[in-house]
Amino acid sequence: MMRKLILTAIVVTLLAGCSSKEELPHTRGVYMLLDTSGTYTEELVKAQHIINYTLAKLSPGDTFAVARVDTASFSEKDIVAKVTFDDRPSAANRQKRQFREKVDHFVKEVKPSSYTDISGGMLQAIEYLNEAGVGKKTILIFSDLKEELKKGYVRDIPLQVGGYEVVALNVTKLRSDNIDPREYMDRLQMWEQRVQSGEGTWRVINDLERLDSVISD
Amino acid sequence: MSFSEIYLLWSESVALSAVIWSVIIMVLTYLARDPMHKMIEAVAAGVRSACQQTSESLMGAEKKLLDRNSEVLIAAGREASEHLIEREFSRINKIVEMDLSEYPTLHRKISDVVTRIDEDYKQSAEVPPEAPGWAKAVEAVAKIPTSKSDPMVGQILDSIRGSMEKNHEKTLVVYRESSRERHMLLKRMLPSWRAMNNDLKEVDLHVNALMERSRIVDTQMAEYEKIVNETDSAKKTLSSSSLTQFFVAGFVLAIAIGGAVINFNLIARPMAEMVGGSGLLMGYKTANIAALVIILVEVAMGLFLMESLRITRLFPVIGSMKDTMRVRMIWVTFSILLILASVEAGLAYMREVLAQDDAALRASLVGNAGAIIGVSERWITTAAQMGMGFILPFALVFVAIPLESFIHSSRTVLGIMAAGALRTMAFFFSVLANTSHYIGSMLTSIYDLFIFIPLWIETIARGSGKFAKEKTKFDSLHTQSTKEVL
Repeated sequence: MMRKLILTAIVVTLLAGCSSKEELPHTRGVYMLLDTSGTYTEELVKAQHIINYTLAKLSPGDTFAVARVDTASFSEKDIVAKVTFDDRPSAANRQKRQFREKVDHFVKEVKPSSYTDISGGMLQAIEYLNEAGVGKKTILIFSDLKEELKKGYVRDIPLQVGGYEVVALNVTKLRSDNIDPREYMDRLQMWEQRVQSGEGTWRVINDLERLDSVISD
Repeated sequence: MSFSEIYLLWSESVALSAVIWSVIIMVLTYLARDPMHKMIEAVAAGVRSACQQTSESLMGAEKKLLDRNSEVLIAAGREASEHLIEREFSRINKIVEMDLSEYPTLHRKISDVVTRIDEDYKQSAEVPPEAPGWAKAVEAVAKIPTSKSDPMVGQILDSIRGSMEKNHEKTLVVYRESSRERHMLLKRMLPSWRAMNNDLKEVDLHVNALMERSRIVDTQMAEYEKIVNETDSAKKTLSSSSLTQFFVAGFVLAIAIGGAVINFNLIARPMAEMVGGSGLLMGYKTANIAALVIILVEVAMGLFLMESLRITRLFPVIGSMKDTMRVRMIWVTFSILLILASVEAGLAYMREVLAQDDAALRASLVGNAGAIIGVSERWITTAAQMGMGFILPFALVFVAIPLESFIHSSRTVLGIMAAGALRTMAFFFSVLANTSHYIGSMLTSIYDLFIFIPLWIETIARGSGKFAKEKTKFDSLHTQSTKEVL
């Protein structure tokens, strides 16, 4: 009988040992870009809800990062909070609470940036998620998608987003969009083309009630 | 060359080409009639023969399987019957050992009581009062003629009468005393009688129980004899019993599986805390597999426990172990089960804690704080889950009993099903054999139907030829007969 018990313990240990990070194609990685340019910072409260919702949906082993989009976003310094959740659910819950606190603090203290380097943020997101080695990769862009680059910044780089799902959230209409809606449509189309030419999938969700389709259980 | 070119080879007219081609095909088909008929018949005969052989071999296999099933059924029935008879004898032995072992004591007790009663009875016998010896003397004295004038004699007689009356009174007192003693003795006999009656009733009860058991053994023996003689009624009874057992055991097993699923849900979530919540193994969560392994280990321990208790007989090795080893095994398996049940209770508690933590986090993130159950009510679910976590492993122990019945009866049921399948297949092949024969005949007829014109011409030609031949024969006979007449 003791042999059986020991054997069971070995089996359980082996099963536990099998859960190495390299063999987890089922894990999810979400990278969220927050536009902090101009008046869009007022929309960040909505972003908080989305982050909380995403935190609630993610499971142990998943990766989540939130980064701001400012003048030069291709930088680790712009990552507000990042985490790969622990295998143990209780530890993952603690990490989620800490993550939320960091985001809350950021939203409270954030200052608007002069420029909007969405492409740089995207490149940073791709780099981060590739490094994390997750299975399903999602980039959430919480922005009006109006990119404004500082002079001298080069961002006409093809996005390598094969296997990525890029979701634009809360793409608000600017005053100029209201005058000529074609500007808004062209903007969306431009981003769609960029993502699709990089072999990624593109979606736009302006109704935040439909978030459940982005982060499924 | 295209199809249309070939088609219009003979003529530009489509209709004419169709007629020419039809005639050519018909002629060619007519010429190939005999070999085609032979081929169709050969194929049909081949298929028929193959199907018949297959059907026969399937029937043979079915018969073998039925014989084998019957053997298995009889063997299982004999074993079960022997087990029952053995148990009945064991009960009789127990009655004899426990109850009838007291019989010598009881016999002595009854014997003592009878002796005591006998003694008391003898003592209680009425002894007639002894007639005083001097009574005759007194009577003689009393007969002495007396003279009234003799006061002396009268005085003596009065004295004698007085003494006699006094003596009579004394005797009466003594008699009454002895009667009272006798009555007392008889009264004292009453409890002895009652005790003896009770003892005899007890004996009667034991003997009746023994008789009842012996009657059951007789019935069992009759059944056993039927099974040993392999009578049809015994086979039918065993088969029916086996089917019933199969369905009943299957139903109970389904209930047990339901219990195991609940058990699994109780421990799968907290297992993630032990083995991690994100790992996958063969496409399934590692935590789920670990929980499943624990439940299966519990079931295995339950099987061993039941086997060690000799309630089930799935592992002959355990059944044939020495009693000391078996008892040791009982304790070991029970201890492991107890530990696992305690672990499960702990995991169930952990599950509740984690669920509360999840709910609190979710509520704080999504802003649905009202959904959390109050702290005061939480202990109810926690206690219920812990209780279930502790009880379910022990409940799963009893799975061994229906499992054994299921396994034993499934041999018969599967045999019956396999025999049924073989019979159906044999019937199918038999039908196929006949069908192939008729299809062959039908194809031959269809072939002939397609070339009915050449066949018709052939018939006419043969008919005219035959007629001419018959006519010639008739003419020659007629001429000969005319000559003979002339």
